[in-house]
Parts: sequence; structure tokens; C-alpha cells
Amino acid sequence: MYSLSEIETTSKRASKAAGYSWGMAEEIGKATSSLELFGLQGVKNLNQYLNIIKEKHPEKIFKIERVNKYDELCPIYCGVAFLDQVQEIEPLRKITFYNLSYPILILAFISSASAVLGKKILVQFSNSSFLMNFNKSIFAMNLDSQVIALASEISIEILDNEDSFSNDEWQELSKLSEKTFVEESDSLKEKGAGAGLLDND
Amino acid sequence: MNKLDIKHRDPNEIMKLSRLGSFHQSKLSFLRSFIREFKNWDYKNNLFELDLNGNGSAIYSFSRKDRVYSLVCFSQYIDPDERSDRVIANKWDAAFVLYDGIPSTKDINRLRKNVPKQELGRVSCSELALSRANKSVRVFDHVVEALSQGTQPDKKLLNKVGYLYRTTAVYGSGKFGLADRFRIKDRKEIYGPFRLEMMLVYLVRQFTFDQVNHIAKSKNPKKAVELDLDIARNLGIGNSTGLGMAPFIINHPTLLHNWIYSRETALKEIRSIEKVDQAAFNLFKYCLDKSKAMIESWQTESQFQNHKINLLNQGLVQFDQFLEKKFSIKDKYPWNNIYIWASNNLQDEALEYIVSMVMEPYDDIINPLINNMSSDEEKYFTIPGHKKISDLRSILEKNYKSFLEIDFNEKINNTNFWFISKNKAEPRIANRYEDFGGDLEQPLAIARDIKQLYEKIILEEQTSSISNFLSKNDEFRHVIRRAFIAEKCPYSEIQDNTIGDSLVPIDMLRLKLSFFGAVKFDPRSDKWLRINMYQGAPLSHEMKTSHDTWIYNVAS
Repeated sequence: MYSLSEIETTSKRASKAAGYSWGMAEEIGKATSSLELFGLQGVKNLNQYLNIIKEKHPEKIFKIERVNKYDELCPIYCGVAFLDQVQEIEPLRKITFYNLSYPILILAFISSASAVLGKKILVQFSNSSFLMNFNKSIFAMNLDSQVIALASEISIEILDNEDSFSNDEWQELSKLSEKTFVEESDSLKEKGAGAGLLDND
Repeated sequence: MNKLDIKHRDPNEIMKLSRLGSFHQSKLSFLRSFIREFKNWDYKNNLFELDLNGNGSAIYSFSRKDRVYSLVCFSQYIDPDERSDRVIANKWDAAFVLYDGIPSTKDINRLRKNVPKQELGRVSCSELALSRANKSVRVFDHVVEALSQGTQPDKKLLNKVGYLYRTTAVYGSGKFGLADRFRIKDRKEIYGPFRLEMMLVYLVRQFTFDQVNHIAKSKNPKKAVELDLDIARNLGIGNSTGLGMAPFIINHPTLLHNWIYSRETALKEIRSIEKVDQAAFNLFKYCLDKSKAMIESWQTESQFQNHKINLLNQGLVQFDQFLEKKFSIKDKYPWNNIYIWASNNLQDEALEYIVSMVMEPYDDIINPLINNMSSDEEKYFTIPGHKKISDLRSILEKNYKSFLEIDFNEKINNTNFWFISKNKAEPRIANRYEDFGGDLEQPLAIARDIKQLYEKIILEEQTSSISNFLSKNDEFRHVIRRAFIAEKCPYSEIQDNTIGDSLVPIDMLRLKLSFFGAVKFDPRSDKWLRINMYQGAPLSHEMKTSHDTWIYNVAS
């Protein structure tokens, strides 16, 4: 089994050889090992993508808008731009890219952006959903294939920090947790910390 | 309250390569902190299956409660013509791997097939560090011969070399399939950097003694004697180190910062001590006096190094006179008085020696710093795209002042380029104007790239965001990342031009090796050197009763 350190180094060097700058290659190395750590096929996707851009290096994206419609978008340039601009574009809440190649590759950058913002981010494409949890984990739903050559539409939604449960559910759980507490007797209350002092002195 | 308001030393001064290349081992060094951490662990020789010539397998371990670290050793015969310390070698007298736990027979068989091949083999995430070593044949054969005849070897010869084996590489952290650091980084016993690599080298040293005794005994069972323990203790493990180590300190800026910052913090805190008790001063003086034997036995043919050793010796003579005539422990802030005198009167080599020495009495200052010497590099990786060009400009003007003054149109400032060799995937340096491969230059020309970045951003709208700048200039991404790291970690950057024709790469090696705790730097050219590790260290069975000042026990 290859270590994450080997994956990072080799992905970085391969990306530089494929025409990305050193700084971009560093981002790609880190992103690929991060995808593998989260159980996603970073190496397979990167290898295929670097192969298809051999002939023509992809265009960069300069400014992320609410809707980003191009003939073809590079998941790496889009991902890195998203991460760089995330604080600026946060008020947009929902961002859509059209025709994004190898969309699995963008996930690592969005995951890092989730940590920068301190907010969960939901990514959806090709019937699959990915919940980015502050770069601690990626929760994937309905993922049929880990290698998708093109996502015709990919939506990225920055979520508010909200509970995933109702207040009733919380109350019910809290009530149960209270069964670990002990009722204090009057005499214990009299001897407790702070007892006997006036708090308005 | 710190009445003197002593500050950390200025990174622009300390991070010059000539200064970093004058650093010496100290109480912060990794091999010393390894022994402090593991001295109460249980040491065991679990397996020793060598043939009459000393070839076969052996296992040594350190254990405490449920945790076990095992060194698995494989020694073999190699033709003298195949023995080489260079990284291009593919056979070694012995190969080693540090296993996480107790290896099963199946594991040992797997490792036997792979570990002797080193870079061409594969190891797994159950393994933590990998290494190989060659005999110092002249010394090894002499020791075998002497012991087999019932006599002890010639101490003079042994002192001259200082070891029986030289390691030629020690790999860790995910190399060749080894465990990634994230898998083990929460273990308290390995918080200090390179701790497992230090353990590997320490146990290799024990193997070399056991092997030499075994061969001597096999050769002449009736007459042979074992290597005298005092002689063994005075032997370390050699190491040949080349350029591979140099880019490491550029590629790990936050780690470099943490090492230097810890050293500088220690110095600052010690200089701030108002009253020094006699016991602390006596310990300092004891270490200083004992260490002179180490300097006396420091032999090298390198003119460069001999000049530095002379400066060190001269400096220490002057320092002794200062202590005798002008210094009093009764004065306020005695360590600061020593430092101020040394910085005004001594060259870097002796000054930094004294900086290391003043740490000796202060476990309470040093030990808490050790755990800060590793680095969570991920924490600083993301570039703060929301910051402004003006923020970046002030970082460059503050932290990279000397780079901005270099004229890279001058050939002498742009002579070299760093590349990765195809043969062994190792970093190398070459002349841009004479050698091929400059188009595949590694991103290690930090001074040049920072200067180019600066020239670009001074023409930009200063209130514009970094993310906007990056979207059009991603060729600067690697140095922009570094600049924002340097803002938070001021000791993260070497303040010298790493592609200029006056670069002395061994200064970069010495910096790293001094933090390892290596001594007796012996440059063989400006690109590689030999060193000694663990000379004077307690033997494995003596660890529990050892004292941290063992490094000064070297006989002259």
C-alpha cells in the first residue's frame, strides 16, 4: 500500500510535469492525498485527468460567480479558485459550475474551504451528494461511480451552522441524560461550594 | 517580569546559512531527547541469529506497557567492490527496519525480502523507519581481529574513526510505504521530531557491538574476549549525508521554524535569569570543560572545517579567560553577561557553541520546548486569499529584506539550480550555465522567486486581494504560501540565496544534523559530510541509570 506521503509527492510532481505551476502542484498533491484519506479515488481521477489534458492545458477560471458556465472547466483551477476566494463568495451561498471535468477532484478543495469558513458545504452532481465537514470528513451519498469524466452541472451550497435535529429530539435526549444526576439534599446544598457567602458583597 | 526585556534574536541575523552552519548539538537535540524519553523503557534483544561471519537476523526492542518498538536487522556478505556510501549503492552490509510492535515470523520473512533492497523494496504501514549501514571495514576488521586474539582494539584507531558502522540513509514518515506520521503522531513518547529515526540509529549501534563480539567469538571461541564496555561506549554510529538532506529544511518551513524558535526561546529564557545558583553554573562549567575532549578528537581533512574548529578552540580559550577575569556569578543576569560578551568577541562557531552550553543546567526550560519541535504543517498550508496585496508587501519587506537587495541578473547570484536526479529520485544541485536540466528546476530558489514576486506586487493595486492576484499569477503561489507562513513563523526561512555561487550546501546539512545531535562534522566536499551520532551514549543496558550529560563523556 502506498503511503499518503508518497501519494502527495508523486501527485505533486506529476501535476508539475503536466503543466501546472509548482504552487498549484503543491495544492494538487495535498488534495489527492486528502481524497485518498477520505476514501475517495484521488489517484485514479488525477491520473485520468492529467492524461486527458496532455494535449491541451485547461483554461484558468479567474473569478468565481454564482453561475459559472464554460464549455469545459478544470476541477483543479476551479477548486483552488474556490478555496482562495471562499470568504469573498460566501454571501453567494449557492454556486453552480457547468461542464466540470473529473468533479471528484474538486471535492478536496471544497473540503478545505469548509474548514476555512467553519461551515459545512453540500456538493451535488450526477445524482450524488457530498457533505463536507470542516475538512474532517466527507460524507458521500448515492455515489455510484468514483470516476466521473464530466459533471454537466455541479452545485455547491454553503450551509448555515444549524442543528441536524429538532428541539423535541434534543429535549428527549437531555431528559434521558439527566438520569445520571443525583438529587442534592438540603443539607448538602448548605455545605456546597459558595454556601454561606453573600454574593452581593 | 523580564526586567531586561530580552528578545528572541533577529531571524535576519540567525537564519543566515553561515550562522546556521555553525550550530552545535544541545540539550534540545533529538538523540538526547530520545534517550531522556526512552530511558525507563525496557530494552531487550529478542532474536540473534547470525552465522559465524555475522550474517543473519537480529531483533532488538523497547517496550513499556502495551507498546513495543522492534528493530529488525538483516546483515549480509557484500563484495568489497560493492560497498559504497553513496545513495546510488544497492547493497549494504546491513539493513534495518523499525517495526511497530512485535513482528511475527511472517512479518520477518516479508521484511527479509524487502528491507535489504531498501528503495527498491516495499514496506508497510506497520513499519516506522528504514535504514542501511556499511561497516567501517578497517576499524571493524581490526576490532574482530583484536577481540578474537583476546585483546582489546587500538583505542587510538577507534577514537580516530569513532564508530564500527556508518548509516547511509535513514528514512521515515511514509517513505517506501512506511507508516505516515498521522498514524502515530498522537503517541506522547514520539512527540519530539525524528524520535523513531533516533531510536533506530541507537539500536543499530547496539547491533554493531553484538555483531563484532559474535564474529570474534566465532572466529576463536576459546581465546576471544568481548569489547570493553568503556571502549564500546566511546563508539557511536557514523553517518554519511549528502545533498538529499538540504532541501528538506526548505521544504518544511514550519518545522524549521519550530526547531530554531525553540532554541531561541531557550536562549532568551536563560539570558533572562536574574540570579544563577552555583550548582547550575557548575554543571555548565563541567559540560564545557568535558566537551573540550570532544573537540580535541574532532578530526577532519576539510580545510573549511579545520578553520572553523580553530576558531572554536581560540574562542573557547578567550572565553575561559573571560570567565576567570571578568565574570562573576554574583552579578545580575550572569547568562546574559556571558551571551553579550560572546556575541561581541567571538565568531559564530564559538558563539553558538556557548549558546548550546548554557542550556545544560535547565531541564525545566528545555523539556517543555521539546514537544513544540514537531510541526502540524497542514495548519499553515492554506493561503489566506482574503488578505490584501499590501499585507503581502509588508511581510516581504519585513521578513525578506536581504532577498530584495539581491540582483538576480548577476550571474553569480543565479548560478545554480536544484533538481531531482532520475537515478535515485534524490535532490541535486547543478550549474545553470554549464549543465542540462535547468528547465526542470525545483522550487527551491526562494530568494529569487520572492524578489520576482516583490517586483510584481509593488506595481499592483495595494488594496486588491491575494486571491485576485493569484488568479492571474499562479506561478507565484508557492512563494506566496511561504510568505504567509513566514509572517507567523519568522524562523521558517533561510535568509540566504540558495542558488548563488557562494552557497555552501553543507551548511544546510550541518544545521539539520546539529538538531539531530550529531557531532564531529567532517565535510568531504562542499556537498557531503560524515558525522557521528551517539558517541559516549549509555549502552542499551545502561540507559535507565544514564545521565543526560553523556554526550560529554567522549574520550580524547
